[in-house]
Amino acid sequence: MNEEAVKQETADELFTVSVSPHIRDDETISHIMWQVNAALLPAALFAVWWFGVPALINMLVGVIFAVLGEYLWQKGMHQPITAFDGSACITGLLLAMSMSPVLPPYMVAIGSLLAVIVAKQSMGGLGFNIFNPAHIGRAALMVSWPVAMTTWTKMADASGGVDAMTSATPLNILKMQGYDALIATFGSQSDLYWNLFIGTRNGSLGETSTLLLLLGGLYLIWKGYVNWQVPVTMIATVALLTWIFGPAGLFTGDPVFHVMAGGLMLGAFFMATDMVTIPMTIKGQLIFAVGAGALTVLIRLVGGYPEGVCYSLLLMNAVTPLIDRFCKPRIFGAGGAKS
Amino acid sequence: MFESFLGGIHPKDGKELAKDKPIEDMPVPQELVVPMGQHIGAPCTPTVKAGDEVKRGQLIGTSPAFMHADIHAPVSGKVVKIEQRPHSGMGSCMAVVIQNDGKDEWADGLPLTRNWQVMENEEILAAIQSAGIVGMGGATFPAHIKLKPSKPVDILILNGAECEPYLTADYRLMLEHGEKIITGTQILQKLLGVKRTVIGIEDNKPEAIKAMEQAANGTNIEVAALKTKYPQGAEKMLIKVISGREVPMGGLPMDVGAVVQNVGTVAAIADAVEHGLPLTERITTVTGDAIKEPKNLRIRIGTPYQAAIDYCGGFKQQPKKLIAGGPMMGMAQATAEVPVMKGSSGILALTAEKVDHGPEMNCIRCGKCVKACPMGLVPSMLSILSERQAFEACRDEYGLMNCVECGCCTFVCPAKRNIVQYIKNAKGVIRAEQMKAKAAAEAKKKAQEAAEAKREAEK
Repeated sequence: MNEEAVKQETADELFTVSVSPHIRDDETISHIMWQVNAALLPAALFAVWWFGVPALINMLVGVIFAVLGEYLWQKGMHQPITAFDGSACITGLLLAMSMSPVLPPYMVAIGSLLAVIVAKQSMGGLGFNIFNPAHIGRAALMVSWPVAMTTWTKMADASGGVDAMTSATPLNILKMQGYDALIATFGSQSDLYWNLFIGTRNGSLGETSTLLLLLGGLYLIWKGYVNWQVPVTMIATVALLTWIFGPAGLFTGDPVFHVMAGGLMLGAFFMATDMVTIPMTIKGQLIFAVGAGALTVLIRLVGGYPEGVCYSLLLMNAVTPLIDRFCKPRIFGAGGAKS
Repeated sequence: MFESFLGGIHPKDGKELAKDKPIEDMPVPQELVVPMGQHIGAPCTPTVKAGDEVKRGQLIGTSPAFMHADIHAPVSGKVVKIEQRPHSGMGSCMAVVIQNDGKDEWADGLPLTRNWQVMENEEILAAIQSAGIVGMGGATFPAHIKLKPSKPVDILILNGAECEPYLTADYRLMLEHGEKIITGTQILQKLLGVKRTVIGIEDNKPEAIKAMEQAANGTNIEVAALKTKYPQGAEKMLIKVISGREVPMGGLPMDVGAVVQNVGTVAAIADAVEHGLPLTERITTVTGDAIKEPKNLRIRIGTPYQAAIDYCGGFKQQPKKLIAGGPMMGMAQATAEVPVMKGSSGILALTAEKVDHGPEMNCIRCGKCVKACPMGLVPSMLSILSERQAFEACRDEYGLMNCVECGCCTFVCPAKRNIVQYIKNAKGVIRAEQMKAKAAAEAKKKAQEAAEAKREAEK
């Protein structure tokens, strides 16, 4: 009797025994992760069109080094290989998308490796990382190569011509030269808004198009991977605070500009919703979103950097375990009989 | 429409396999294996011995313990053995093995005819107790104890939700024997003196709702169409949805003035009170994608699963799991030798396609389990803490003991974590420690008393 037949015979008598439930939903981690990648794709493709080949190269380098780094780490540590589940791909892609398109590719590669190995795998892998790996990679590059990290692509402004070339992001201009200079650079306020909405402006390579990031974000909300309250709350917090604390006194700010500028859209829809590093209950997530929005505004308006999405999210990641501790759901029947 | 409870899930219900199959009487097999433990509480001790002749309905097992339900012979014949046999809940259990003599004779005086309307409440309770009736939805709590609440109750809820996927036994019972359910319900109304009586049925069973509405016509029994959502039939959820009352943590339904009974239990109570019939048969769904012809069977207690499966044409595919009960809370069986018991609502055979899922991964904190938990727990943290053996933290900080093990968390988990398993493990450890502490305290007390006595004697 061959081995197969023996197996068959025992299988006829004995069935698999395990604890209930015996049926499961079809959803898997990998499926969720690839859906997030898909949601990022419109903004990523736009970046290639808008910033050209350097953007493509940086995104490819980011993804390849993140996936490869995770694969080699897991291989070396004799762990099950999960490098291809889509999560390392998100990390690499988000990292590249949150940095300048003219950043040298080797820096992107180093950022990716730091993200997946230091921020993710050394903490125990997906699920155990306290901080968003892409943000750790970005922050590490920021302190290592501050000049390269804040050098943006040269771009003609609305008036055209070589003399008008600028290499600043809208938030840079606001920080260095003020709101009027910002309007002047784009021609008029409506031109400013339109360019920010479509994405034809300077900035990190994947953060420019409000429209396409919104599209991806709405897809994730529709699919149920993102609680809509989180991005909405973070964006609303930024809008409210930037409106109140305007340049010419209370209630003189331009919330529309602040909402679409910088990395807020990318951060609110794709990073403040990273399930691993945010609170698990909706109550906790709202606290997280308000905190991240408020810190972003604090850094933008008062801090030394023009943009604060990355650091504000990292700070809120750090307090996530604390938030989770204090935002447990109410247990059924707690507090005695209720009618 | 009734308000919903928090959480819950919507699994594919698989009920189409058996929902249109009328209840069929399954012929009694040659040998019946009747376990002595078929209820919550102390197992019974056999009152017969090998070689005895028994008749259907004759007492064959009882216990001096308060918490137990008597066990009766499901067929006439000869007791051939009393021995340990496989058991769907305990692994193995002492069982009375009866050789069917083919005559199927009732014990003397059965069935009788009684008018429950003129019976005293004590008589009714005694009839239920001596019929050995337990909760037939699967919980198997002795009915006569539940029906003598120590606190005043004003609402009686009949559980016809049958929220477990695949199972259709209660559904068929409601369609075909609505009048018996109503009779049983009226008996309970008299017994408990409740103000309000509601039968809760999920709205994916419109025919059952219609049938019960017709049967309840002219009575003060309400039929409630409930939202289809698992675990709608969980006792605490059902009470909350129908009455708006919330059973307190660690409490019982009677703490909020409610008693819940499964529709199958109520039908059995009608037979017991009106005709003096002990619980010796029940409706069981034999189904699953591995079963050739899924059926709803009127089946004798003690029928081996294998006999029931054979009666349904056997397996059309090799099943990977054989489950006692439904796929969400049922227990996987190693062998088809286990017998049908009072709480056997279903025999479910599923192929690998239905029960296989990927390997277990780390929790990615997606929060799906938190959203799905009807008890308001954080299952992900319970599973992680239990995995790290931080059992006390599970209990003290995350409400471990409130878990009803409905399985919603595990069903939705994209990391395929066996959350219920971790939780059961933690509960087991906590309970064992409690027992140990109790035993140690008792031993200490005894030692002290002994020392005291010695000192007294020496004086």
